Amino acid sequence: MAEIELRGIEKRYGEVSVLKGVSLKIQDGEFLTLVGPSGCGKSTLLRIIAGLEDQDAGEVSVGGRLVDGARPKDRDVAMVFQSYALYPHLTVFDNIALPLRTRRLSFAQRLPLIGRLLPGRTGIERSIRMEVEQAATMLDVAHLLHRKPGQLSGGQRQRVALGRAMVRHPTVFLMDEPLSNLDAKLRVQMRAEITALHRRLGVTFVYVTHDQSEAMTMADRVAVVIGGELLQVGPPEKLYRDPQDLRVAEMIGSPKINVVARGRWADDRPILSAILAPQTRHLAFRPEAAVLTTPTAGLPGGTVTDLENLGSDIFVHVALRDGSETVVIRTAPDEPRFSLGCAVGLKVDAARLMQFDEAGRRCGDIERVAA
Amino acid sequence: MSVMALVHRRARPVARRRQHQAAEATVGWLAVSPALILLICLLFGPAAAVILFSFTDWQLGATTFHFVGIENFAALWADPPFWKALVNTCIYVAIVVPGTVGLGLATALLIEASPGLRGFYRAVHFLPVMSTMSAMAVVWGTMLHPSIGLVNRTLATFGLTGINWLRDEHTALLAVALIGIWQGFGFAMVLFVSGLKAVPQQLYDAAAVDGADGLFDRLRIVTLPMLGPVTMFVIVLTASRAFEVFDSVRVLTQGGPNYASEVLLNRLYSESFDYLRTGYGAALTVVYLAIVIALTLAQARFIERRVHYS
Amino acid sequence: MSAHRRRSRVAGRIARHALLVVSAAFALLPFVWMVSLSLKPPDEIFQPDFHLWPKTFHGVENYRVALTAAPMLRFLLNGVFVCAVIFALQLVICVPCAYALAKLRFRGRDTLFSAVLVGLLVPPQALAIPHFVLLYVFGLLDTYAALILPWIISAFGIFLLRQFFRSIPDEIIHAARLDGLGEFEIIWRIMMPMSAPALAAFGIFSVVAHWNDLFWPLIAVRSEDISTPALGILLFRDDEAGQFLGPLMAGATIIVAPLLLAFLFAQRRFIDGLATTAMK
Repeated sequence: MAEIELRGIEKRYGEVSVLKGVSLKIQDGEFLTLVGPSGCGKSTLLRIIAGLEDQDAGEVSVGGRLVDGARPKDRDVAMVFQSYALYPHLTVFDNIALPLRTRRLSFAQRLPLIGRLLPGRTGIERSIRMEVEQAATMLDVAHLLHRKPGQLSGGQRQRVALGRAMVRHPTVFLMDEPLSNLDAKLRVQMRAEITALHRRLGVTFVYVTHDQSEAMTMADRVAVVIGGELLQVGPPEKLYRDPQDLRVAEMIGSPKINVVARGRWADDRPILSAILAPQTRHLAFRPEAAVLTTPTAGLPGGTVTDLENLGSDIFVHVALRDGSETVVIRTAPDEPRFSLGCAVGLKVDAARLMQFDEAGRRCGDIERVAA
Repeated sequence: MSVMALVHRRARPVARRRQHQAAEATVGWLAVSPALILLICLLFGPAAAVILFSFTDWQLGATTFHFVGIENFAALWADPPFWKALVNTCIYVAIVVPGTVGLGLATALLIEASPGLRGFYRAVHFLPVMSTMSAMAVVWGTMLHPSIGLVNRTLATFGLTGINWLRDEHTALLAVALIGIWQGFGFAMVLFVSGLKAVPQQLYDAAAVDGADGLFDRLRIVTLPMLGPVTMFVIVLTASRAFEVFDSVRVLTQGGPNYASEVLLNRLYSESFDYLRTGYGAALTVVYLAIVIALTLAQARFIERRVHYS
Repeated sequence: MSAHRRRSRVAGRIARHALLVVSAAFALLPFVWMVSLSLKPPDEIFQPDFHLWPKTFHGVENYRVALTAAPMLRFLLNGVFVCAVIFALQLVICVPCAYALAKLRFRGRDTLFSAVLVGLLVPPQALAIPHFVLLYVFGLLDTYAALILPWIISAFGIFLLRQFFRSIPDEIIHAARLDGLGEFEIIWRIMMPMSAPALAAFGIFSVVAHWNDLFWPLIAVRSEDISTPALGILLFRDDEAGQFLGPLMAGATIIVAPLLLAFLFAQRRFIDGLATTAMK
């Protein structure tokens, strides 16, 4: 059992408050990603789980056991770092073997020179060798065991780092932006490999990234952290469809969700006014939640300012008629084409229109009103 | 859950956290404590002791001493050999710095001008830097010997009569300075070479396109301006090393004749360890220390500003 | 045009070699002179005409006198021993301190680092008197300890290594902690191997400085048995046998040779090491 529970975690660096009371429960065997812009505190949260940093308030428990104050190595967690943090002077084999050696060999056996002569060491070394080779084979780096990290490609280093984390069978895997140093193609490939590894090992993964598409494609659940606060936790599709906070809505999804200030919109129309809550300040909808029409009286509309043709989709940028704001609409290539500069009308699916209040909180549940 | 339990729950993590941070602090202090103790016993304590000694009439081995105020410093002020040593040290620096820097820069430019025998020349010029000064000073003593020395023999072949360089009041300091340049210019050369390697080739290409492809144009427009910061650094380094001149003077002239080649460190050594005038030597040390620290701080500020502006 | 350019380039190369041969001669002359004299019999040294190579080879005799009249080899061994112990102790003391200053958080760290920076300002010669008194009080004058103890703390070493340790990413240390290494094991297994270039540079700086140092041995040591090379050659000069130039030059050659040979075998390391330590 290795569920992780965080209760009211706070962290300050001097005057700056990095985490403002984060509580989160991560299930055993779950793949959870922490996503947020850089500097939002997600890496700090991960380091607090690992025990590399101390929280100023709150509790961390791993597998039902409070681990505050426990040293990193006593928490049964493994971590993969953004820079991989491989030991440059050790071979791949020694890098992967190190966590095993520190755990299985006694202090005396680890001493330089003398350690080799102590009884029992050979047997332990043999079992370590077997396990390292097994892990290396699984990650397809068995042919690199005698090399130094400096002689490996980025992807290979990444696998070695995974191997070093994996070899001691931790109950929790922590990963801090492990793919951000790889090129785009390799990144997609490694995503698949890491999710496959998760399925095979069946242990808890906590994965930090600033890349929302990474978060969405890999995780069972995504936790959005912005400005030191945990804004929403949920399965990727739930976050996409039903964000509880404007910042979450803007974080998740590409291209970004369209946000229009109330009043910039033709909301004086009776139907729209009827479904808008009084406190609503922002209206938001996904690019696929609207269709383009010819300009129609009574519908919001504007001018096409840009077209992004991705082959499968065309993203049409429309500058709204009665404001300076621009929205992006996804259209299929076989839909009627709109050329640059032409005037269009917008028909938004009212069921997929989201409303947010002054503070960015979700309000006025449209689905219920519309139904 | 009772109120007590709630309080208990809130209090516990803080205590744990303190424990955890305390562990890091404990390791930290454990790691620095040997160095800290030794810094105090062998560096700051002694530095304070020197200042203390300088206000006493203590002599090494004596069981009693008295505080004499600034008497030692007053004696120093009135002591011609001290002034002679101070002036000579400055003259020495004034000769050695331009000599070392100029010769170092010239050889560096020549060595880097083309690849032929580069490694050989670099090694040969660096040999004096690696040699033990006291032994080489003995060798220089024989080279400057009035009758059998290489210098006077060479002069003799041109029909000139040499003098006893190290025993002549006019030349003793000059001879010692020459040895200083001999030992130091290879190091300056190495630093200049690393500065030259940092000059981007594109600048030379740009200068060539702009019509400056002659040797002196290249030097004037690209090389020398780009070497500015390195030159500053070499000057500072050479000056502070020259200020500490001791070995050659001790071995060859012992400050003589008639204090003609007396320098600060030799004065300091003689007073403190030949005559065992501890208090007086300590006062001399304090003056020396003050000058060195003032120079170092001035240099640090100067370099900092240069780097800042560049 | 091109013929002209080629000709001027050849002329430039010749001029370069001509000038460099002159400056190289200036650098080498004392060594050549020293070795030349060390191979000559006394009468030849005093003859008015000078030859680089001796007419009668007296080298064996001169070096034999140098080695027997004074404990030349002993001086060299003393030098090796003293330099090695100084460097080893400097490492033992400076490395943990530099690691703590670079990577651990504890109250007073910044104050301590400022103290180290202040320590950098103090020239070692300024501490000669109190060091001498200290060794006198403990009865350690004229022992190996007198040669070694004042140098085992190096503010410069702490500073240099701290700067290097700071350039090693924190993630490596975090990884090592997660892998179960204790702090002192991190120093020994991770930081030291990763800072090999900095340690080598500091080692070369330290050994060269103490092998060549004359000021302190002259103060701390009187007896031949524990003299370092730099002091030994002066003791030999004041000896009876050292009055003869042949043996004296032979002695100087023996004293100077080890470091020069070491340098010639590992030029790059020495030059880089001394240049980087100077740059800090």
